[in-house]
Amino acid sequence: MLPEAKYRFLSEDVKRRSGLVLGPEKGYLVESRLAPLARTEGLASVEAVIDLMMRGDKRLCEAAAEALATHETFFFRDKTPFDLFSEVIAPALKPSRAGRAMKIWCAAASSGQEPYSLAMLIDEMSGLRADILATDLSGKVLEKARAGLYTQFEVQRGLSIQRLVKHFDQAGENWQIKPELRAKVRFEVGNLLDDFSRYGRQDVIFCRNVLIYFSVEEKAKILARLAGMLADDGYLVLGAAETVVGLTDALKPAPGQRGLYVKADSGASAPVVFRSATAAA
Amino acid sequence: MKTCLVVDDSRVIRKVARKIVEDMGFACEEAGDGQAALTQCRKTMPDAILLDWNMPVMNGIDFLTALRAEENGKKPVVVFCTTENDMAHITQALRAGADEYVMKPFDGEIIESKFAEAGLV
Repeated sequence: MLPEAKYRFLSEDVKRRSGLVLGPEKGYLVESRLAPLARTEGLASVEAVIDLMMRGDKRLCEAAAEALATHETFFFRDKTPFDLFSEVIAPALKPSRAGRAMKIWCAAASSGQEPYSLAMLIDEMSGLRADILATDLSGKVLEKARAGLYTQFEVQRGLSIQRLVKHFDQAGENWQIKPELRAKVRFEVGNLLDDFSRYGRQDVIFCRNVLIYFSVEEKAKILARLAGMLADDGYLVLGAAETVVGLTDALKPAPGQRGLYVKADSGASAPVVFRSATAAA
Repeated sequence: MKTCLVVDDSRVIRKVARKIVEDMGFACEEAGDGQAALTQCRKTMPDAILLDWNMPVMNGIDFLTALRAEENGKKPVVVFCTTENDMAHITQALRAGADEYVMKPFDGEIIESKFAEAGLV
């Protein structure tokens, strides 16, 4: 445990630099995020990192803030989207995708847990192949994602021990996704505000917990362009707090499936609209 | 109410674990080693067992092997919770009949996530 005064210094410094609030209960988070920094700096402990920060090492202060601010994500985050993938999306698309790889795009992949979770699910299903593209704005988090290297803390939330044993190798204190699973995900730097049509037609798009950072106009534009890339029978998965309603006419909620969206003009499940025949008088 | 037996030779760990499982809605019992845990299980079989590996008298893996051989001994969901953090120990535990595995240090979120994976919550 860190001495209270040092913990207080750290939380105040980090808050000033990145806005992240480190409550007193975040001791484990601090330990798990700063221990790798201590190692790369050749320091004996997290406490030694903070000692140098307190002596005014600005570079180390910034490095600590960045290490702690890493966007929170974990394997099978929120669970529901992954259940939807196994129970709704994959069974619906599988027959028509036999003989070719299903195209999946994770549009805010962060440090890779989402695309790797999908790759694990697909590995566990028979007769399904997928081409998974994972993009993120930050080249730095994608480096981590590509390496597939996660701390002991990260592999213990959302991930069953059976999946850890099956899909990871031990790498010192960390755990690394096995090469065969890493080979199933392609990582590329990409900004949702830029043109992303080069990724081509997608069967499934995961775009979770990122639209919340954009203005209403930007959200509408991004959703319209996502719809334009989606296969006619494809699926868009958004975060639990996000929706297309009121933002685009090109997409609609899949009936009874929270967080799941389909193209507005997609076949059978579209609501029947009766038009009045009296308009052309 | 579901019951959880916390088996660890450290009183501090037992206290921390008790708080976490009680917050998750379990009634909690404690045992300081594998032999005491086995005696407790013969009295009342719990729904869940949070199990340390290295303990005096009887260690976690010997306890688990003995438990699974008991009448009704397949019933409890057993979650290892240990500083033995390597693949060899994990696979040994799974072969002996463990359902989940927590590598120390742990916190409430990890226990909750692992209990969910094991179908307990």
